[in-house]
Amino acid sequence: MTAGTTPYRSGLRAGRDGFPQLLRAEWTKFRTVRGWVVGTWVAALVMVLVGLVAASGFHAFCGGDCSVPAGPDGEAVTDMFYFGHQPLEGDGSMTVRVTSLTGLITYPPDHPNDIVPSVMPWAKAGVIIKESTRQGSAYAAVMVTGSHGVRMQDNYIHDTAGSAGGVSAASPRWLRLTRSGDSLTGYESADGTHWTRIGTAYLAGLPATVQVGLFVTSPFYMVVSPGIAGGTSSRLTQATAVFDQVSLEGDGTGGAWTRDNIGIGPGGPALAQGGFEESGGRFTVSGTGDIAPRVDGGRRIEDTLHGTFVGLIVMIVIGSMFITAEYRRGMIRTTLAASPGRGRMLAAKAIVIGSVTFVAGLAAAAVVLPIGEWILRANGNYIFPVPPLTELRVVAGTAALLAVVAVLALAIGTMLRRSAEAVTTLIVMIVVPYVLAIASPLPDAASEWLLRLTPAAGFAIQQSLPRYPQVNSALLTPLHRFYPLEPWAGFAVLCAYTALALGLATFLLRRRDA
Amino acid sequence: MEATIEVVGLRKRFGPTVAVDGLTFTVTPGQVTGFVGPNGAGKSTTMRVILGLDAADAGRALIGGRPYRSLRNPLTHVGALLDAGALQPSRTGRNHLLWLAHSQGLTAARVDHVIELVGLETAAQRRAGGYSLGMRQRLGIAAVLLGDPPVLMLDEPFNGLDPEGIVWMRDFLRALAAEGRSLLVSSHLMSELQDTAGHLVVIGRGRLVADVAVADLLAAAANGRVTLRTTARSEAMTALAQAGATVAATDRDTLTVSDLAAERVVVVLSQSGVPFSEVAAHRATLEEAYMELTRNAIEFHANAGEEVAR
Repeated sequence: MTAGTTPYRSGLRAGRDGFPQLLRAEWTKFRTVRGWVVGTWVAALVMVLVGLVAASGFHAFCGGDCSVPAGPDGEAVTDMFYFGHQPLEGDGSMTVRVTSLTGLITYPPDHPNDIVPSVMPWAKAGVIIKESTRQGSAYAAVMVTGSHGVRMQDNYIHDTAGSAGGVSAASPRWLRLTRSGDSLTGYESADGTHWTRIGTAYLAGLPATVQVGLFVTSPFYMVVSPGIAGGTSSRLTQATAVFDQVSLEGDGTGGAWTRDNIGIGPGGPALAQGGFEESGGRFTVSGTGDIAPRVDGGRRIEDTLHGTFVGLIVMIVIGSMFITAEYRRGMIRTTLAASPGRGRMLAAKAIVIGSVTFVAGLAAAAVVLPIGEWILRANGNYIFPVPPLTELRVVAGTAALLAVVAVLALAIGTMLRRSAEAVTTLIVMIVVPYVLAIASPLPDAASEWLLRLTPAAGFAIQQSLPRYPQVNSALLTPLHRFYPLEPWAGFAVLCAYTALALGLATFLLRRRDA
Repeated sequence: MEATIEVVGLRKRFGPTVAVDGLTFTVTPGQVTGFVGPNGAGKSTTMRVILGLDAADAGRALIGGRPYRSLRNPLTHVGALLDAGALQPSRTGRNHLLWLAHSQGLTAARVDHVIELVGLETAAQRRAGGYSLGMRQRLGIAAVLLGDPPVLMLDEPFNGLDPEGIVWMRDFLRALAAEGRSLLVSSHLMSELQDTAGHLVVIGRGRLVADVAVADLLAAAANGRVTLRTTARSEAMTALAQAGATVAATDRDTLTVSDLAAERVVVVLSQSGVPFSEVAAHRATLEEAYMELTRNAIEFHANAGEEVAR
């Protein structure tokens, strides 16, 4: 029977064999399972709905105008302090000696009925040169602080450390701030003779006449109640500094001191009114507030993205099923017979599920963000302004977060080969740490470690406000959606997990029998 | 020879179980090679190793002289149907073929062509989860034919088919072989391959039991025996035994005569005056030949039914 048989030759035109064909096959696979396509839509829709419902739930409680001052770069700032000042025309300088910085905290949790003498770590007292007394106007200042040593700061976001340590009568600190055109340079000295330059600020467009003087401020003491139902409340504090050896050089100076309690109107608690007393060259100045970037008292653009983790769970299920469904039915053998390059097959799957998820996430974020912002504003909320590039990073980053997690789900699904186990693993890896960190009674330190070490670190990509070290650290916790890692660093942690999982999945896929 | 399956010294174990133990055979073009053995004999494992799905512990399996995993657009070289149920139930039959086609750089037109070839036009747009077993087998055959491959490998293609389906499948396999393709078709039931297989590779417990042409096997099984139909059974037995034949009663009026040619049987019976209605050369069925063949395969019955495949 075999003798003389001509082996069969196909008349079929040979197709192309390459990665694009593989990609196309995996895309065909994805789009021809209705549950996956519908599920992806559902993920996007749920993200939008949850975001809008959450946005509708935020109502501003400040009554009327909730806006906050904007700094020179447009960012929201806190600009509240006691200011004893004089005009300075053109170049000049001011030198003082600080001999004391004390403070009061009203009714802290451990002494709920007392006003306790204590200095806030970021209480500030020193010399400031400011464009005007308008909140948010440009400035540069040298100061002593409660527990962060000597600093030079300018325009709210810039902070340079000087020497460490506090001040006392026995160990006073000399401060000097000079203006030369747009350059303001801060100096410090222990004895008034040997000076050290701390830093120089360049305040472009600073008018010829500015205000120079002494300032004192002390931020609120934040009381954080953890948990989903928790929140923060604040306690009024006050700082008092004693200055002497005050000398002013420059045109316009030498007149009377003007006293302003910047950002705090008359009325309210007596402690908030501050004070400015001069007696024989000795100045005692008290103040309340802060001069810093602002991160509380308003809503952030990422408050519209609360639905992300719900969409994430849906995409975890779809991402892992993209491969576990093949294992369940034995179809993986058909796939690997058609595409024997196993690493290539997994790469094609990863690109398809990643791209699909990215597009869905991008659409959802791009829809919910502006509508959510509009709802927030309509509810009287102030929304912290962010640069357009930051907004783009938050929107695209949300899509990328979902996409990378979907790929991680695919990789874990490849390793475990069963959807129930894969989905559970991913929930434990990402969703549980995220929820624990942002809404649980865990201590801040524990929450922060969760957001450093687990793939949930990737949520940092959604943080729109920078994490300034000079901001009251009680406000920079996971509870306030401040992540311990920078946005891209947090995202890189997630990407590292995903790369590791993909590598391991490829290794196992190649090594195991199908 | 080009475009064939070549298995040399193949060995595969799963933990302590040796599934395939030094298997060697070759599949040649132009005929159906039956791959026969009881359940658990190692047929499916061998096929998975040929397809590069399972890694062999020793030996090699080649397609046209090359390992499967080195083939470009492998479905145009080998079409394989391992498990007709290996489908995503919510995907339509046509879409199942479509992704396979796309993976080989083939077009939707080719998909529609193979759907027509297997007669699945009406069901193609329905979800594969709702297919009967017969429809799944047809869809599986369509997938096998998608790349128009010269080598085909089918694992238990007759499983679950109704009699009509079995006839369709046999005709189909014969037609494909007649085009010069090489077909390796596994079955645990020899009768399914009757009139279809031209060659047999028989395995038991992972080892080669026989590698023979069906014609040779049947001739050997017949072994020159003669079937005698007579109403005078005992007289016939006595007469033939005296003439040096070995005689066995197979039925109430039928005897099987060995060691004596048919002409001699007629002469002996006539001389002895024993009446008979028929003397014919014995025709062995494939099943019978198979039983003969495996009678000495010791492990055959020991673990029959034990599934080695996971």
